[in-house]
Amino acid sequence: MAKLYSGAEIVFKCLEDQKVEHIFGYPGGAVLPIYDELKNHPSVKHILVRHEQGAGHAAEGYARSTGKPGVVLVTSGPGATNVVTALTDAYMDSVPLVCISGQVPTHLIGTDAFQECDTTGITRPCTKHNWLVKDINDLPRIIHEAFEVATTGRPGPVLVDIPKDIQFAKAKYFKLKKEKKLKAKSPNKFNQKDIDQLVDLMKKASKPVFYTGGGVINSGPKASELLRELVFLTGFPITSTLQGLGAYPGDDNQFLGMLGMHGTYEANNAMHDCDLLINIGARFDDRITGKIDEFSPKSKKVHIDIDPSSINKIVKVDLSIVGDVSDVIKSITKNIKKKNLNLVKSNKQKISKWWQQIQKWRKKQSLNFINSDTVIKPQHAVQRLYELTKNQDTFITTEVGQHQMWAAQHYKFNKPNRWMTSGGLGTMGYGLPAAVGVQVAHPKKLVIDIAGEASILMTMQEISTAVQYNLPIKIFILNNQYMGMVRQWQELLHEKNYSESYSEALPDFVKLAEAYGCVGIRAKNTDELDEKIEEMINTDKPVIFDCHVDQAENCYPMIPSGKPHNQMLLGPKDQEEKKITRKGKALV
Amino acid sequence: MVKSKSAYSSPTKLGKLDTHIIVVWVDNEASVLSRVVGLFSGRGYNIESLAVAEVDHKKNLSRITVVTIGTPQVIEQIMLQLKKLVPVHKVGNFKREDKNVIFKEMALLKIVANSNKIKKALNTCKKYNPVILDQTNKSIVIQITALRREIDNMIKNLKLLGLVSASRTGAVAMTRGAEIFN
Repeated sequence: MAKLYSGAEIVFKCLEDQKVEHIFGYPGGAVLPIYDELKNHPSVKHILVRHEQGAGHAAEGYARSTGKPGVVLVTSGPGATNVVTALTDAYMDSVPLVCISGQVPTHLIGTDAFQECDTTGITRPCTKHNWLVKDINDLPRIIHEAFEVATTGRPGPVLVDIPKDIQFAKAKYFKLKKEKKLKAKSPNKFNQKDIDQLVDLMKKASKPVFYTGGGVINSGPKASELLRELVFLTGFPITSTLQGLGAYPGDDNQFLGMLGMHGTYEANNAMHDCDLLINIGARFDDRITGKIDEFSPKSKKVHIDIDPSSINKIVKVDLSIVGDVSDVIKSITKNIKKKNLNLVKSNKQKISKWWQQIQKWRKKQSLNFINSDTVIKPQHAVQRLYELTKNQDTFITTEVGQHQMWAAQHYKFNKPNRWMTSGGLGTMGYGLPAAVGVQVAHPKKLVIDIAGEASILMTMQEISTAVQYNLPIKIFILNNQYMGMVRQWQELLHEKNYSESYSEALPDFVKLAEAYGCVGIRAKNTDELDEKIEEMINTDKPVIFDCHVDQAENCYPMIPSGKPHNQMLLGPKDQEEKKITRKGKALV
Repeated sequence: MVKSKSAYSSPTKLGKLDTHIIVVWVDNEASVLSRVVGLFSGRGYNIESLAVAEVDHKKNLSRITVVTIGTPQVIEQIMLQLKKLVPVHKVGNFKREDKNVIFKEMALLKIVANSNKIKKALNTCKKYNPVILDQTNKSIVIQITALRREIDNMIKNLKLLGLVSASRTGAVAMTRGAEIFN
């Protein structure tokens, strides 16, 4: 007779079979049997966070930087509700997470027992799927299925809720079966005709642009290589969404920079004026498109995505190709190389005018800012950070707000999986725990959280996790004593009524760092910035870097709400030159 | 133009609204209905009526029929989003005007009135396969099967003849002819 295992043992046997090395969690009454079992499974290392939201974001950082699913273990009730923000964040940004939550014993479900909540009910809208395990015999199948759902198709979070009595109950263990049912079939639903049609469009286009997103990253490092090859082969310009940064080298000449609300002038104008728009693994988010009615009005639109429901959701497209980005790009490149060897040459001439136009837009240098000799400009700080770290393999996470946009604009990524940020949900407090997760996965690499002083206070407690596990993460705070993005909107749209956006009673971050047992560094003026950044990089401990920056700086360029791509608001330099300050303001 | 103060764009013009009948085959498991219904409420789609029951005990399959109203894009989104749910096997979509599909809804109508009015009420129902399920000298329970709109009308008309209670199943659908939906 096969050996019987307890539910808790089965959980770990599944994790071992799934080759899980790290889990992020926080114990509590309803998961104690699982925590009790932890000691018997040395291949699974548990990282104790300080708040379950931190566990979720850490697992997200882990997943985004490795491509493997992040695993979270939390208790019932508050443990589960605390992780909801992270699950929603992962759902919006398509990050594979497997969350295992404890639940009160089966016979108490529905009685408002201590630390009981309807976990599967609460997490249903923010997971790809979830399960409440009611029979121990289902447990191995469900956990393996959970990993499969999380990692296949468009990745996302899943949750398995395990009542405490199920963790004690015994059953046989089944290894995961290779041949899987139903949904495991290939996500590729395109055929050669679609590819032919796309290549034909590419041949005819005179103003083409690639618009790539997080789907390229999620498709694995191979997808980025294939993308580079395709872009080089075609000579087309390429722009990227926030989540797609790193899929294509940020310092390459064909790269127009990020597009969207705070994207570059050239990227947004190229999107508006192009005659062929090829979307690869992006989803026409409202921060990208601006006003839908006037979005890229003259272009044929092609959408390549693994998720059929992304197609025609926001923007109607002329050609849709449903499939894994790697496979689709491979087919396109193969097709071009095979039949259209002369495409490259003929195209280069055809689109040379287009490139001339793009160069004109580039001359605006829309990311420029007026630098100062005394006060540190936040853009300058990010630029210096980039220059001083670009010679090593650096991982950047961010919180949410102005600093996030400046990081995206001024830090140039050359590899995928090096950039972890909360795009869809826009979760302040994401970056610190995400950096913890990244550093766990890459213990020898430089991991920096570019942060704001308001965001960082939301999940500050996780610095304690970093100290406990000797994770030398660097928290680089662009401290302007304001919720900067809120302040910017209030300045531009609400008559400078800075309602509740001033960060009152801030802690002394250097002392705070010392209290946590890590290193605090402060920079107040431009002269000392480089030296202090070097000091931060060379410290082999967690560092909180309190960088005092210009309080009034706004993040430009920017597409004001409800405006199309070609009506951007440029920075103060441009506004001064043109003396359109008033008019520019009316644009908002 | 009024200056927008929102960080979001303002809504654009709505497309033409159509009534569709969406049929969903799902695993008959705990919370599957709430997944389907939650998808509708979470994404702001309409549910006009809903009918659900197990149709294949052996395969553990239930069939959910949802009547919904939306623009062509919204209907397409509903279909695609439903197909992404793990327990969903297949999804059918029929336009109300589709001649190849039968739509039927059943209603139970209780009328409390004198025999004269009851007779009249029965007469009004004649077109819709009335079955008398219960009758006393001052009341009657009639079962009718008809289209949604027809039942709407019946209920309106029967109010004058003593209708006190109506219970409806929501529409169910089936294709005509030998073909089955795949």
